[in-house]
Amino acid sequence: MPVLVFIDQSEGQVKKASLEALTYGAKLAEQLGTHAEGVLLGKVTEDPSLLGKYGVKKIHHVDHDELTHLDSQVYTKVIAEVATSMGAKLIIFSNNADGKTIAPRLSVKLKAALVTGAIALPETGDGFMVRKNVFSGKAFANISLKTDIKIIALNPNAYKIVSGEGTAEVVSFAAQIESPKVKVTQTDKITGSVPLSEAERVVSAGRGLKGPENWGMIEELAEELNAALACSRPVADTNWRPHHEHVGQTGLAIAPNLYIAIGISGAIQHLAGVNRSKVIVVINKDAEAPFFKAADYGIVGDAFEIVPKLTAAIKNKKANG
Amino acid sequence: MKILVCISKTPDTTAKIAFTDNNTKFATAGVQWIINPYDEWYALIRAIEIKEKDSSASITLVNVGGVDAEPIIRKALALGGDEAIRISHDPQESYDTAVQISAIAKDGGFDLILTGRETIDYLGSSVGGMLSEMLDLPYVAMATKLELTGKTATVTREIEGGVEICEVELPVVISCQKGMAEARIPNMRGIMAARTKPLKVVEPIAVEAMTSTLSFELPPPKAGVKLVDADNVEELVRLLHDEAKVI
Repeated sequence: MPVLVFIDQSEGQVKKASLEALTYGAKLAEQLGTHAEGVLLGKVTEDPSLLGKYGVKKIHHVDHDELTHLDSQVYTKVIAEVATSMGAKLIIFSNNADGKTIAPRLSVKLKAALVTGAIALPETGDGFMVRKNVFSGKAFANISLKTDIKIIALNPNAYKIVSGEGTAEVVSFAAQIESPKVKVTQTDKITGSVPLSEAERVVSAGRGLKGPENWGMIEELAEELNAALACSRPVADTNWRPHHEHVGQTGLAIAPNLYIAIGISGAIQHLAGVNRSKVIVVINKDAEAPFFKAADYGIVGDAFEIVPKLTAAIKNKKANG
Repeated sequence: MKILVCISKTPDTTAKIAFTDNNTKFATAGVQWIINPYDEWYALIRAIEIKEKDSSASITLVNVGGVDAEPIIRKALALGGDEAIRISHDPQESYDTAVQISAIAKDGGFDLILTGRETIDYLGSSVGGMLSEMLDLPYVAMATKLELTGKTATVTREIEGGVEICEVELPVVISCQKGMAEARIPNMRGIMAARTKPLKVVEPIAVEAMTSTLSFELPPPKAGVKLVDADNVEELVRLLHDEAKVI
């Protein structure tokens, strides 16, 4: 009974979060002595068979104009049909915006237990247990899934993409497609930058920067690191920076490999959005800033002096190895 | 216009996270309880804003919880809910919560059902989606804006690296997040009025659980910050490259 992975695309591009889900699904299939297949809805620009390098053997492609944008009712019906036709007992989503929209519906439709925000492969020796983040990343919970069919939504950046050799067999799946009730009229993408939720490195700044005019050096550091930009809540609330850059309890929760916090004191609500980062660097002139307690590396000092020096040092390191 | 707002009780954002009973239960001693911020600041306040423009609108609050949830329900009434229903049950999973709320919503004739994006304790982000499937309604998750024109909702939702704007006919289920509305605090008139607003308690329906929480764990403590001298940023770059291997 194969594992089924939902492959999420936007404007014809398969999302990075889905490559993580594919790798995870393939690994889980191996653990259970079966194989993984994918379900892809809508048109994609690249040949889907290439996704085989992430470990999936077969891709069910439903190529239909009405599937260009997500409508959770339409998507849920199609995915349920694919899952039922192949007898999938395990369905993997990324716990991104689309996964969060579809997986709960599918859970009801297929009477399948759902765990969202998984951070590791399940333990399947005795029962079926998945570990997830709870309390804004301040703790983990071990959840037992008790139904025959199970759904896991994997947190973005929680599982490393592994690619190897191999192509997937692409089969076109004929499904009855209803007209979507949710009609997308406009898509606005911030071009030219790494999406914050998918970024492996993030440079973030707070009120310590004193004003929006001082963000130039932050942008330069981010560019040098190929990092996404983020900010603290007061900075977004005062419109120094756009709301979509706000990370924290009420903003975006992120889990990059590297999070550099500049001029952010580290209030508990901010930490809730970034505490899943693998490495945290804090630059703050106040040695007593609570953020230092949650940091791996820190510099106590004036950001206006340190940040340009840091950018130069990274540039230098890249040039000289 | 009938609006249903689902509210959940969560520990305050600054609450200490600890567990008891062999790490199987959240330690509630000394914890301050609040309305889940996504439910309050975004779902409820947006509903109130809609009502302020359309006096025919009514806001029903629904909570699945014990009698200890009543203070937060009263606060939601003080902010501007018209009536509340508490389903007297301690839900063990999102599915359980969704089944209970769907029983209320099914015959309620609601045009708009709003939830928060997720609760800040169990981070399920599932109740809205499950509810919409149980009610066979369209669902838009993680909405940052909601405007109504007659029976059409224009909703902005967050996607990776951008936003998507969509239109959907009511009734619809929407999960709300930052951008929807600005936080408010209840005023004295609201607090007085809330005391006499109807709060109906109903019995839960039996649900067979699909999941169970076996245990909780706290992350291992951080090893402690390694401080680098402000005059030696090269050392930080070296550590990030050689030791942490992140650049």
